[in-house]
Amino acid sequence: MSDETSDRRTGLRSTLASVGSERGRFAIGNLLSTNTETTGMTANSGSEAAETTAAERTTDVGADSGAEMSAADRPLGSPQVDNAIIESRDLDVFYGDTQALQGINMDIPEKQVTALIGPSGCGKSTFLRSINRMNDLIDVARVEGELHFHGKNIYDEDVDPVALRRKIGMVFQKPNPFPKSIFDNVAYGLRVQGKDDDIEEQVYTALERAALLDEVEDQLDESGLDLSGGQQQRLCIARAIATDPEVILMDEPASALDPVATSKIEDLVEELAQEYTVAIVTHNMQQAARISDKTAVFLTGGNLVEFDDTNRIFENPESDRVEDYITGKFG
Amino acid sequence: MSSERMDLSRNGNDVGTLGDRVARYAFFSCAFVTVLTTIAIILVLINGAVGFFRQATLVELLGDAVSAGSVDGAADAIGEGLAAQVTVTEFLFGTDWSPLIEPTSYGVLPLVWGTLVVTVGSALIAVPVGTLTAIYLSEYADERVRRTLKPILEILAGIPTIVYGFFALSFITPIIQFFFPQTGTFNATSAAIVVGIMIIPMISSLSEDAMSAVPDSLRNAAYGLGATKLEVSTQVVLPASLSGILAAYVLGLSRAIGETMAVALAMGMLPQITTNPLEEMQTMTAYMVQVGISDVSIGSIQYQSLFAVGLTLFAMTFAMNVLSMWVRSRYREEYQ
Repeated sequence: MSDETSDRRTGLRSTLASVGSERGRFAIGNLLSTNTETTGMTANSGSEAAETTAAERTTDVGADSGAEMSAADRPLGSPQVDNAIIESRDLDVFYGDTQALQGINMDIPEKQVTALIGPSGCGKSTFLRSINRMNDLIDVARVEGELHFHGKNIYDEDVDPVALRRKIGMVFQKPNPFPKSIFDNVAYGLRVQGKDDDIEEQVYTALERAALLDEVEDQLDESGLDLSGGQQQRLCIARAIATDPEVILMDEPASALDPVATSKIEDLVEELAQEYTVAIVTHNMQQAARISDKTAVFLTGGNLVEFDDTNRIFENPESDRVEDYITGKFG
Repeated sequence: MSSERMDLSRNGNDVGTLGDRVARYAFFSCAFVTVLTTIAIILVLINGAVGFFRQATLVELLGDAVSAGSVDGAADAIGEGLAAQVTVTEFLFGTDWSPLIEPTSYGVLPLVWGTLVVTVGSALIAVPVGTLTAIYLSEYADERVRRTLKPILEILAGIPTIVYGFFALSFITPIIQFFFPQTGTFNATSAAIVVGIMIIPMISSLSEDAMSAVPDSLRNAAYGLGATKLEVSTQVVLPASLSGILAAYVLGLSRAIGETMAVALAMGMLPQITTNPLEEMQTMTAYMVQVGISDVSIGSIQYQSLFAVGLTLFAMTFAMNVLSMWVRSRYREEYQ
């Protein structure tokens, strides 16, 4: 193992910096092992045997093979996927002195729906906000670790969060249309991003895709705030997809809505996953089970406990705590 | 135990209902004092203004009518008292104001002009600077900077206006004279600048309050769409807080209209309509100071003119306040 690689590891994982070289090499081996065992290591990632053998390998890490994952914070399940568009590696987020996320390691697959579930305060929204660097807007927030988007660490110095957010759109918990007309709400992102050729057509398309056009076609000049809660949220979705991002982050988009509006949003999310990558935070376990392909379970303290196919999480989770949570024993 | 009758009546319980009632009336009477004062001020202004336009004030008319003893005498007294002294037309549209020097003339427009020059000039300074300060404080400054800057701004607001007047005379005017040597000691530009500085804290503080009231969810929505900080500030926060900002402008400007000591000192006492802002002019308020400290006798037409000018000034600031309220309701955005 070259010193150069070793340096990269120690930079990546600050805890390694303080340990001896012997220990460091061992841990680095663990990181590398995940590349060759993306599927094999699901059952017992903590297994000593698997790691010691992996430690002897010196596989080169290519950009396309995905970023490596440390063993220490590796969640149960299969947190690495083949078609990952986003890879979180040892991501820590602090709010002042409070650590909101503890070494999150997981992938988000392209053009699928990934649900983030867990009890309140478990850090799932924080994780979502760290994907498009919305946490930058909070003065006291600090991020450590890496989060790769198309293989590029978005927390690198040279990344412009504004450019990033143009690729990764967001829908918030409470519908938050601008106090502008319905048309201007959808057009806003297009104008900001300079995509304002054929703006009318683009607005119509976005409203259509958000399943809102039929309801508002005659009132595009009226304020977005005059719509019902469910319509407002679909307006926000239309606004987010109008600029054609690659990823859409949704932070409990249906939690403030009635059941009918909720089911419309759910249908929409499934539909959107054909063209977009969707990461959705939800409190509603049935919702996660219904609409997502992958599910990440965060439990109190900012830990990602398990990540796997949604079916597995809901039918046969590895962690007892996850099972307890899903079956409603706590949380 | 449980069958014992419970006494919930007022009389049987000493729960301070009397205190409650007394407190209610005490609070109400305090609130009523302000209403009474406002009404009293308006009545005094109107009474004095009548004395300016007619031979006698309303109170004098009443006194004359009562002391006349007969109905005819009373009618005569009222008729005499109501004989015109200065016509309203002359007052409102006359372009010459020289109440103290013969031949006297009472056209208020030069004073209104002086007031307008100061107001517009100060707005040219205070509106941009105040708004940009507010945007900086609300959107850009971090907590530490905000906590330092806001008190400094408030100190600026607490400086006595006469000090601003000296500041204008001894600091701003010399600077203007350096660039434009023909500038007089008293000039409108200096006054407008200093009044502008004076109302910056008011405009920035009220505007900042309005911007801070815009919920973060709107900012997040814009950031989430890839807007820059400048775009969020100017395209989302500014329009959403427009009502509060416009109201801040109007209140700041009505302060400029009513500003007295600084303009009396810096702008001078020469009522004239001129387009050269480097010349001496006189505002309505400065005229009132001039008459207030001069030796005109109570009851003279010069003395009564104070009330006419005061009433005009009151009408202007009142109109500004109504405008501010209208703007507030007209442009109010319901966020959520």
